[in-house]
Order: sequence, then C-alpha cells, then structure tokens
Amino acid sequence: MSGGDPIAAFRVEAGDLLDQVEQGLLDLTHRLDDRDLIDAVFRGLHTLKGSGAMFGFDALASFTHHCETAFDRVRKGLAPATQGLVAVILSAKDHMRALVDGDGSGLEATGAAILAELQREVDAAAGAPTPTPSAPVRKGWRLTFYLPPESMANGTNPLMLLDELRELGECTITARTDRLPPLAELNPVECHVGWDVTLFGNVSRDDIDDVFLFVMDDMELVIEELGGEAEAPAEIVEAPVATAVAAPESTGPAKAATKTGESVRVPAERLDELMDRVGELVIVHSRLSQLANGQGGDMVLRSISEEIERLVSELRDTMMVLRMVPVATLFGRFRRLIHDLARETGKAIELSTEGEATEVDKTVIERLADPMVHLIRNACDHGLEPEDERIAAGKPATGHVRLSAHQAGGEVLITIQDDGRGINRERVRAKAESQGLIQPGQQVSDSELLHMIFHPGFSTAAAVTNLSGRGVGMDVVKRTIESLRGAIDITSNPGEGSKVVLRIPLTLAIIDGLLVRVGEGRYVIPLAAVEECLELSLEEDLRSRGRSFITLRDRLVPFLRLREMFETGTRPDPHQKIVVIATGAERVGLVVDQIIGSHQTVIKSMSPLHQDVAAFAGATILGDGGVALILDVVQLVLAGQQQEERLRAAG
Amino acid sequence: MPLVEPMQEAHIQTVPWDETGHLEVLTFDLGDETFALEAVLVREILDLLPETRVPGAAPLVHSVVNFRGKIIPIADLRQAFAMAPAEAATLDSRIVVIEIALGEEPLQIGIRTDKVHEVATLAETASEEPPAVGMRWRRQFVRTLVRRDDGVVVLPDLHAIFAAHLGDSAIAAAA
Repeated sequence: MSGGDPIAAFRVEAGDLLDQVEQGLLDLTHRLDDRDLIDAVFRGLHTLKGSGAMFGFDALASFTHHCETAFDRVRKGLAPATQGLVAVILSAKDHMRALVDGDGSGLEATGAAILAELQREVDAAAGAPTPTPSAPVRKGWRLTFYLPPESMANGTNPLMLLDELRELGECTITARTDRLPPLAELNPVECHVGWDVTLFGNVSRDDIDDVFLFVMDDMELVIEELGGEAEAPAEIVEAPVATAVAAPESTGPAKAATKTGESVRVPAERLDELMDRVGELVIVHSRLSQLANGQGGDMVLRSISEEIERLVSELRDTMMVLRMVPVATLFGRFRRLIHDLARETGKAIELSTEGEATEVDKTVIERLADPMVHLIRNACDHGLEPEDERIAAGKPATGHVRLSAHQAGGEVLITIQDDGRGINRERVRAKAESQGLIQPGQQVSDSELLHMIFHPGFSTAAAVTNLSGRGVGMDVVKRTIESLRGAIDITSNPGEGSKVVLRIPLTLAIIDGLLVRVGEGRYVIPLAAVEECLELSLEEDLRSRGRSFITLRDRLVPFLRLREMFETGTRPDPHQKIVVIATGAERVGLVVDQIIGSHQTVIKSMSPLHQDVAAFAGATILGDGGVALILDVVQLVLAGQQQEERLRAAG
Repeated sequence: MPLVEPMQEAHIQTVPWDETGHLEVLTFDLGDETFALEAVLVREILDLLPETRVPGAAPLVHSVVNFRGKIIPIADLRQAFAMAPAEAATLDSRIVVIEIALGEEPLQIGIRTDKVHEVATLAETASEEPPAVGMRWRRQFVRTLVRRDDGVVVLPDLHAIFAAHLGDSAIAAAA
C-alpha cells in the first residue's frame, strides 16, 4: 500500500475501529458490567484519538478525547456503565464517523450537543452506586524497557512515553545505559538508552500497555508487579509476570475472533485485475502445453509445462479464496440497524444470527447489504406486532428476527425470518387487484401471490412510516438479487411470521461448468443446475419431433433443441445428448451435439451491447483462447416452460 | 433510400477538430468506402481472431472475441451502412479495437475492417455535412464527409450506431 493516500488509509482504518467500537457498545447494552468489553471500547476510542491527531483530524481527536475521558471513568470503576451512557456514546460514534468522512466543518453544534448529553449521563452515572467496585488497591509496578534503536527515526518520542507514565502515578525513573555502544560506533539518532521505572499507584496492567500501544510490537518490555499491600484484582490474570514479553494481547473472548492473524487491505479492483491476469496466464499456458505436447515436443519443455500447469491451477484456487469473506461482516452491520429500529418502532426486538462463518464472494456481500436492510426493516416494521398485540396472541413480548446463512451446493442461502404476524394474503390480493396485476377472482398460486410484494410501488402498509410503507425497496431487493443471478423464496404463515430466503450463487467470478458443443459453438452450462445427462437416440429424436418431450422417471420433461434455437445451420450429430437442468422444481432438457466435459469457468460479463440477448449469462475463455458463452439457466427454463404451454394450448 | 426512422436526437456527435481545424484519424476500408475514426480512440489493431457467434444478437454485433482476457464484441459496420456482406477475409483484414464512452463505462469494441490504411490528418475545411438527399446511408450514422485527393472519407457516428443497441437493452432492463 506504499504510495497510497495516508488520509484514505486512515479513513478506512478508522471505519474499522468505529465498527469495533459499535459492536462493543452493542454487546455492552446486554452485559453492562463486562470489563473486557469496556476495555475494548476504551482502547478503540483511544487509538482513534491517537491516530486521528496524527493524520490531522483535530476535530475528531478532540471530540473523541471527551468521549474517551468519560468512558475512562467507567473503565476505572468510578462510574457504572449505564444504558443511557452507552446510547450517548453510540450517537457520539456516529458523529465521529461524520468527522472521519468529512472535514469536520459544520458539525460543531452536533458535537457540542452530544458532549453536553454525555456530561449529563456521566454525572448521573457517577451519582449511582457502582455495581462493580473494582477494589481500589494501592499497588505498583516495576518496568524495564528498551525501545528499538530505530524508534526515534520512526517518530517515537521516548520522553512523551515517560510523561504518560508519570501521569499514571508517582514514578521513579532511572535511565539504563548498559547497552550504549562504544562512542565510535554510536549513531546519535538511534536510541540505545533503556529505562527502569517504578510506578506507584492504582494502575492496571492495561493502563501501562496503553502507554506503549503504538510501540509495543517492537520494543522490549518487562513488567513486574510490586508486592502490593492488597491482592491483585481478579481481572489481572497475568499479574506477577517475571519476564513478560511485550505482545499485544487480545483481551476478552468477544474480540478474540476479530483478531486472528495478520491481514492486508487490498482494494477489490486489484483483486479483479489479478484475476484477469490469472485468466490470461491460463490461456497462455494452454498454448504452451499444446506446443510441448505437439509433434517433436521436448521432454524438458513438457515437464516445465506440466509444472506451470500445476502452479497456474493453484494460483487460480488461491485467487478464488482471496475473494471470499465471511458473512459475519454483513450480519454485523444489522445489529445496529435492529437497535435503531427497536427504538424507532418502540418494539422490543431481538436479533439472532447463525452461520456467520459462511463465506461469500466479496462483491456479493457488498451488493447484498441494501436488499437485506430493506428486508429487515420490513420484518421489523410490518412483520413484528406491537408488544400488546403479541402478548394478546400468546407470543413472547420480544419480537425475534433471525438471520442465518448456509451453503448448499453452489449457492449460499441467506434467510431472514421473523416471528411476527405474517403476510396478510387478503391485503396483498386486494392491492394486486387494485393495481391491475391480477384480475379479480383470478387463480394464482400462493407463492405467486406472495411474490406480488416485489412489484414496484407495492406496499400493503396502511400508513406510511418513516421506515417503510412507501412501496419502494422491495422491487429493489428483487432486482439486486436477480442481478446477482440469485433468487428469492418467500414463505409466510399467518400469525407465525415470514421467512425470506435469498439464494445467491457462491461466487460471481468462477463457476464449475459443463462444456458442451452445439453445432460449431461451445457453450458452458453451470454445473450446479445440471441434474443429469442422457442420450437422445436417432429414433427417439425422429419420434419426438414436433412434441419435444421426454419421459423421465414418469415425468414429462420438455426439451429445447439448442441447435435450432441458436440457428447453427448444421446437421445434428448422430449421438445427441440431453442435458437436464433444473431451477427449483422446474426441469428442462437441452439437446446438445456433444458433451465435452467439466470446465472451471472464469465468468466474464458480456458487453453491454449484448445485454438484450437473454439466453446467455456471460462468457468465458477456454483453454485454447476461444470464447464459450455461458447459458442462462433461468431464462432457458422459462423458454422451456413457454414452449410447454404453447404445446399444451395447441392440443 | 427514403428515411422514415425518427432522427436520433442528442446522440449526434460533433467532430472534435482541434484549434487549427485538423483531426488525426485512422483510415480504413470497408468494401469500396474509406472510413475514418479518431486516432485517440484506437487501442490496438489486430489480425483476425477466431470469433464466437452470439446467437440471438443483433447483426451489427453478432460475435465476440477474446481480446487479452476480455470478451469484446466485434462490430460489422457494413450492417449499419447496409453494405453487402463481407466476402471471405483477406490477408488485409484487420480488427481495430477502439474504446469509446457509451453509457456509464468506457466500452471496448472491435471493428472489423477490410484493410487498415494509415493515421492521417483531416482538415475541417475539406469537410462537408452529409447531404440530406442522395446518400445510400442513414444520415444520422454519419458525422461528416471529408474530401481528399483520392476520394471521400466517411466519419461514422459510432455513438448513434451503437446507442440504438444500448438504448434497447436499457429500456428492456427498466421494464
């Protein structure tokens, strides 16, 4: 990331920190006395203040400073964490985000208002008895530390560290010069001095760690606890440390999951570029392999070519994994949404999530966020009943929204479920009739009826609220999911709630496909949709002319002759095959000339000039550099059904 | 040939003459006609590549090729100018890959040509509006005609030619 804009990097990092702080605060609303959470939030604020000041976000730094100070009282046990305080800091967090994103101008009034409220909450909290008296004990620490020699060149000022230690309590500081090199070898800009610090006071290990927060990774730090007059409080588990190695520890199980391993931030476009390069490499390699395996191929050349083949395929697999991120990053965003919705609607709402480790392509995650916000809003606003209604219906007072994700075949299923009143079918029907979507009295299947809610301008909410009911949104949901080549299933039971399942392909970049030949063209059928392959014998072909049905395990399956559909102008192969594909319960057979084999398919989008061609979902580049078009299964099944209906109508 | 189609408004592109009234173009042949495109649009000139037909696509862009790992459409401008279909490819046949801004993103298109000439400089003083009558072609597909010693060079209006295809799909998507 060298050469990148440091301000932009800070914004990204600050965004992450704010997310962490938000998650911590939301957890805190459930467990107000969790020390680890309080510490985690405090650390987040502290880092934000520090790096904010470093990058010139002064408004942010000074605002955060006030929040940090207030929160510090909680951390030190001087004031208890209260719901009110957490709520104010949550709103403060939003303000910080605005400060991070903008230049801080025009926001002073908001900031001042939040700070005033913060002050009120802190005062109120301080008056209340502290629920977790943290046994104030007078104790002390002995520290010995050496900074890395190049630390001053990197911008660390040791004197400021010492000053910070002095702020913690009464300090005796002596310098150690035992590592000074001989004068001839001394580089004056390097720091060879070490320090012995004896620190008295009610100071926790975390306080000391905070002082060294930015230099911790490289320095040598030994912390010993002085024989205090009282026992160490229970939370300092690592209390008497003989030779503590300075390493940033993740404190608390709540944050442990987010701190695994090192990670590097890469813009998604670079991954796409890399993907393109890998694609090109595959193609070039296949030319090399043809050369190596061709006439007069050299043994050495062939072995090199095989080696490269292995590397290329590994590279491609690694590439795919790089693009995957767990849906936890998506679900995490909705906790705040639920929190806010609960406040706005005055309903008690509980959110539970499941399957957060399921991994989905990064672009899919990003595009899923908006539709899911709409669905969750709908569930909370329309689905869940007010408390009194729930109790009257014999349900628990707290409404429940459940998000879950799991993988099934080549798809990820994301479920949004509520235990509210369910979709009112009469209302949907009445609305659909008044909008002319269906004729009065027309027979429609239940699932068709429920899908009416995805029509543009369709809302059954009697009153328009701030949240939903304006009839925008649900059609956006449908469009977005379809653009991801996904589908929506919706089920609803009156009085028991609704369940919306988004079925999304695992990745937009690579699929397993079945490579087939039709006439002279090669096409890819997504393997996830393929049910089976059969042979269409010549006699059967002739016999079925004009009706285009085969009997498959006592069911009639319509089939499409791709050769005719694509107007290849070629004669059929003597041994044509039928590839049976399915979406949901609908099946359709595709007659192809030859099945070439399975093919890992890097999906390339079609040019906008070809967007009106519905039969294809994209294209891919084959090993020989040629292009194969990827069939759009949904469209083909639709075409098959239309053919079926035409034939039925004809007789 | 009488024109009954409505004029494409808003798509008509002006010719970007420079301040001295000149324009650098790449000239190429299609059948008996010489066409020219702004040199700045041209990305690459390729030998013919194996093309993949897209069943159901408009005749103007009825195939695609693999251009450095990207799938780009191959446009046959003969279709836009109602010219006789190409004879078999010759040694001189080339694909001119251009990049133009259509819609939201820049779009790469390969243009099939019978022969590519050179980068030439055209003068505004020698240019003429396409005549209202007496042309075989749709007038809105031509930006201007430029007289040269060896004949007339046509500057096609690619926006107008391709916008029709983009427009259709945009309307279809919105419906």
